[in-house]
Amino acid sequence: MPELPQAGAAAPVAPVAAEPVPERAREQAALGVRLQGLRAFYGAAEQVKGVDLEFKANEVTAIIGPSGCGKSTMVRCINRMHEEIPGAHAEGKVLLDELDVYDPSVDVVAVRRAVGMVFQKPNPFPTMSVYDNVAAGLRLSSGRRGKEVRAKVEAALRGAGLWDEVAERLHEPGAGLSGGQQQRLCIARSLAVDPEVILMDEPCSALDPIATLKIEELIEELKSRVTIVIVTHNMQQAARVADRTAFMLDGKLVEVGATEEIFTNPSDPRTEEYVTGKFG
Amino acid sequence: MDALDPTATARARLARHSLSAARRRRDGLARGTILGGTILALIPLALIVYYLLAKGLGSWSWSFFTTDPTGNTFFKSSSIGGVKSAIVGTIEIVTLASVISIPIGIGVALWLIEYGRGSWFAHTVRFFIDVLTGVPSIIFGLFVYIALIVGTGSTYAGYKGSIALALLMLPVVTRSAEVILLLVPGSLREAALALGAPRWKVIWSVVLPTALPGLATGILLAIARAAGETAPLLFTAGATFKTNTNLSQFMNSLPVQIYNDVTSPTNAVVNRAWGAALTLVAMILVLNIIARLIARRSRLA
Repeated sequence: MPELPQAGAAAPVAPVAAEPVPERAREQAALGVRLQGLRAFYGAAEQVKGVDLEFKANEVTAIIGPSGCGKSTMVRCINRMHEEIPGAHAEGKVLLDELDVYDPSVDVVAVRRAVGMVFQKPNPFPTMSVYDNVAAGLRLSSGRRGKEVRAKVEAALRGAGLWDEVAERLHEPGAGLSGGQQQRLCIARSLAVDPEVILMDEPCSALDPIATLKIEELIEELKSRVTIVIVTHNMQQAARVADRTAFMLDGKLVEVGATEEIFTNPSDPRTEEYVTGKFG
Repeated sequence: MDALDPTATARARLARHSLSAARRRRDGLARGTILGGTILALIPLALIVYYLLAKGLGSWSWSFFTTDPTGNTFFKSSSIGGVKSAIVGTIEIVTLASVISIPIGIGVALWLIEYGRGSWFAHTVRFFIDVLTGVPSIIFGLFVYIALIVGTGSTYAGYKGSIALALLMLPVVTRSAEVILLLVPGSLREAALALGAPRWKVIWSVVLPTALPGLATGILLAIARAAGETAPLLFTAGATFKTNTNLSQFMNSLPVQIYNDVTSPTNAVVNRAWGAALTLVAMILVLNIIARLIARRSRLA
């Protein structure tokens, strides 16, 4: 049996989060994630075929690889979103620090709050205002109200670099923002619950270059607070934002290393072919 | 070809692409046929509206809406009364029917879409809902008559009419709600789940508010359909003259009053039926307009 996490006062994946957990101190490191023999299935079809990979705390790890190689599926196993698809299941371990998030004693709701997610297409809730979108994470999972929410919403919007743009229109619909603003709103939404890790599944693929640049700058700032895993098709993006890069092919990890190493001096010939644009 | 005309080359090239005269004729013929069919279909509709207005408007007056019908049909026409009890009865019966069928119908649709998707039980339920949609309305009336009137040895009552109408509305509400819930993008459910929301809260706080305008439209159309039904009420709620607020007694309704009045030998009573028919159509029209206004506010495509 895995041990409970030894992360001091903050126990963000405590089996039952009945009472509000004290906030993680700003200077305290986020938690890292390790995958051990992770396999993911859709029905009988195996999409992720045994991956061992570490995402170090407070680092940005980019995952690159051709379409259909299992990048997104692998990432969706980390916050247990993969199992929401009918017929899908995962095997192996996803260790948050030292705790397996698939351990039966672990509450899936707590996992998803500790491991936030930003999707490919910005998906703010269309019935909610800017404010309510950010507050949604707090309200949907813990039922918190009032002043505490207000302060956290502002902090999250500032954290996502959106506060100055939306301070005057907090109560207008979230869907009325531009695409790039909507995506930062979604980032603010996941920041509001004070996560350890944020998973980004091609967060810029629906955005223009200027909005993309803003998100990339934001990622750089956020890594002091959270561990970031970013799936991307854009190799320049991986080179710009990631400390480490992992290359996947056909459901398997080919290699992982410092980003510069992967792009300039990869050890596997398939990685070199991919990053130089020979296939994919 | 005029060499001085700078457009000549382009005209000559375009000429190769233009339609032949035969193609144009066939196109015209097809358009004409479709237009003719549309007009043909509109004729009965226009006639219905015309007759309703021509015959019904004459009996509309303040007292028509504020007095109950009377049985004094052999005396002078001024004593036959209006349709107040029928309007009030229709509203009461349909309201109760809505209270019964809407929560159940939306509940079933939510289960089918959010929980049971793809299961054999969901397929079975959906099949029977489709069957239920096609059942003639008089069958629902007959069912309630056998089960709640013959079966219990009691008499007609407003609530029994409501149950018959609720059965009629249920498949309509369920099917329309299902279609609308399917339109709610999966990415919104994912976003909420990824924030750590339990499934019931995703449904309550994200799926239902997003689908609300569409759901309201479907509900109003189901209500409009039920409000116009005669057969399920004939031998469940019965008919009576007096305005009645007790749903466990005989209750009048517009369709049943129309049904009874048109067979009367007295001209004034037949005219009362026309007035009642116009009233019913107006009420349903209002519901339809409200449904359209709500649908326009929908955030779903």
